Amino acid sequence: MDVFKSFRNAQGGETRVLDDIDLDIRKGEFFSLLGPSGCGKTTLLRILAGFEQPDAGAVLIGGRDMTGVPPNLRPVNTVFQSYALFPHLSVFDNVAFGLRQKGIGGAALRDRVGRAMETVRIGDFGTRKPDNLSGGQRQRVALARAIVNEPEVLLLDEPLSALDLKLRKELQVELSNLQETLGMTFVFVTHDQEEALVMSDRIAVMNRGRVEQLGKAEDLYERPRTAFVANFLGQSNLIPGKVQEVGPGGAVVMTDHGPLRTVYGADLNVGREVMLSIRPEKLRMERDDETEGNEVRARVDDIVYTGAENQYLLEANGQRLVAFQLNSDIGADEDFDYEEEVALYLPPASLVILEEG
Amino acid sequence: MLTLRRFFATLGPGVLWLAVFLIVPVAIMFGYSLLTRTDLAQVGGPLTLESWGRVFGYDALFREWVPDNLRVLGRSVLIAGFSTLLCVLMGYPLAFYIARQPARRKSFLLLLLIIPFWTNFLIRVYAWILILRPFDLVPSLTATFLGMVYAFLPFFVLPVYSSVEKVDWRLLEAAQDLGAPPAKAFMAAVFPQTLPGLIAGILLTFIPALGTFVVSDILGGAKTALIGNLVQNQFGQAGDWPYGSALSFLLMGAVLVGLWLYARAAGQKGLEELI
Repeated sequence: MDVFKSFRNAQGGETRVLDDIDLDIRKGEFFSLLGPSGCGKTTLLRILAGFEQPDAGAVLIGGRDMTGVPPNLRPVNTVFQSYALFPHLSVFDNVAFGLRQKGIGGAALRDRVGRAMETVRIGDFGTRKPDNLSGGQRQRVALARAIVNEPEVLLLDEPLSALDLKLRKELQVELSNLQETLGMTFVFVTHDQEEALVMSDRIAVMNRGRVEQLGKAEDLYERPRTAFVANFLGQSNLIPGKVQEVGPGGAVVMTDHGPLRTVYGADLNVGREVMLSIRPEKLRMERDDETEGNEVRARVDDIVYTGAENQYLLEANGQRLVAFQLNSDIGADEDFDYEEEVALYLPPASLVILEEG
Repeated sequence: MLTLRRFFATLGPGVLWLAVFLIVPVAIMFGYSLLTRTDLAQVGGPLTLESWGRVFGYDALFREWVPDNLRVLGRSVLIAGFSTLLCVLMGYPLAFYIARQPARRKSFLLLLLIIPFWTNFLIRVYAWILILRPFDLVPSLTATFLGMVYAFLPFFVLPVYSSVEKVDWRLLEAAQDLGAPPAKAFMAAVFPQTLPGLIAGILLTFIPALGTFVVSDILGGAKTALIGNLVQNQFGQAGDWPYGSALSFLLMGAVLVGLWLYARAAGQKGLEELI
């Protein structure tokens, strides 16, 4: 572990914006801080950059304690949300700014700036002023200006949020490739769950100043530990219940829909109140009851056609459930009608038990 | 396309105003400068370049060059320049201080800056005599500087303040993030953003300071006579309007040369920013 940061109880004014954050970011990984606005992710990034100091705790970069070290002496660079390009400097001079501070000049400067600009494909824009660039081009300049310094950690503060959807998707892929090519540690702040899922090696989901869950994209999506994570990353159906039976293969939870079997919860105590979570696309809608269990009777309330899939809003024993069915066009009988009574199959492997009841 | 009717409806008043109150008076003054003083505050023929000769120091009576006027002009430039420098040193930090205050305090401080304008300028300068007399400073060069800075500081602070208000402070963080220590980051990221305000402030201070006669007359005494006092004398006591007119052109010329030098240094964009 080459990069280690931990800080506790950073207080912004009266409210605690960061509470006992203990993260260990690995060298060379694409790490995302994901959360809604106000969750403290930007404050955390600013603490890493050195613009703000934690009230307690320490930030270590490459094993060195960074507490109290001013931003200009830290081996990190930031790509700002607003880009913060110097409007009076040309693109070349913007990119060269950091190297010039280190006293690098002449051919070495031209060479490194040129390479950084090529890397992000703005090689021809050297003499232009930032005002004459499009949003995507400015984004690239901001990126080149940061990576040219070869920082140990590159901090990215929602760098894609100002761009339109198509450009954002393009740049997601590019950023991800760039990080792989450079082998640089990226810490990426975003409130866009899809962005985080697409690009990151690991994601820390933050909520109200705390890390709710840390893990790979699949772990977070397939096995959310809290209701917040289950609903912030994608959508989830939450079903409350009580543990009825526990065995080596999982648990049986008694719910309003009857007993539901899950492969999780083998270590839980019988009688405990729990919350089950299942993704809308994991629900299987069927016309006929089969007798394998884990089935819920439901009625189609509403259908939302989104192109790639049909989203069914269902009513089951007084509870609202959502099911997504791929629009695979196998046959007309695959589509369900309003008011139609269906059977919902909840696969035991997809029924996750959340930590908070 | 700007039709003739729309031209008169929109630009007409402004153009008319400039034509009547700027170009025509300057033209009249130029005409006067070519006439001869016939009596106190009276002008008449013949057309002559005598006044212009005197401006540049040619004494028609003794047929020799006495460059007194140019010396006075030089002194005026120095005194105005030094006063402006004092205004910059005091006013630039002051503009930042005011701009960084919370909104209510900011309005209050700006009000303090503007309040002096509610009292007549002449009376305020006379008040300085009362303030400075116990220190035996009137008349003196020191008193002139004090009066100049007092008179022109608000004109410097206001444009700088409006520039500082618009500063994008995120650029300061960007510069620091890229390795610039605080002072260097300020010069690289914030100072250029305040440059238009700084230049406007300098011009608004320097140009009136160069032409002033009230401050130097009341606080400076005869020894610190500026080009403005010279002009005022010709239209007042001396009653030599042709000479006064020609002297005015010397002052105007000095300002124009200054602006031209600035425009050349700053390039095309500089002039746009200036306005």
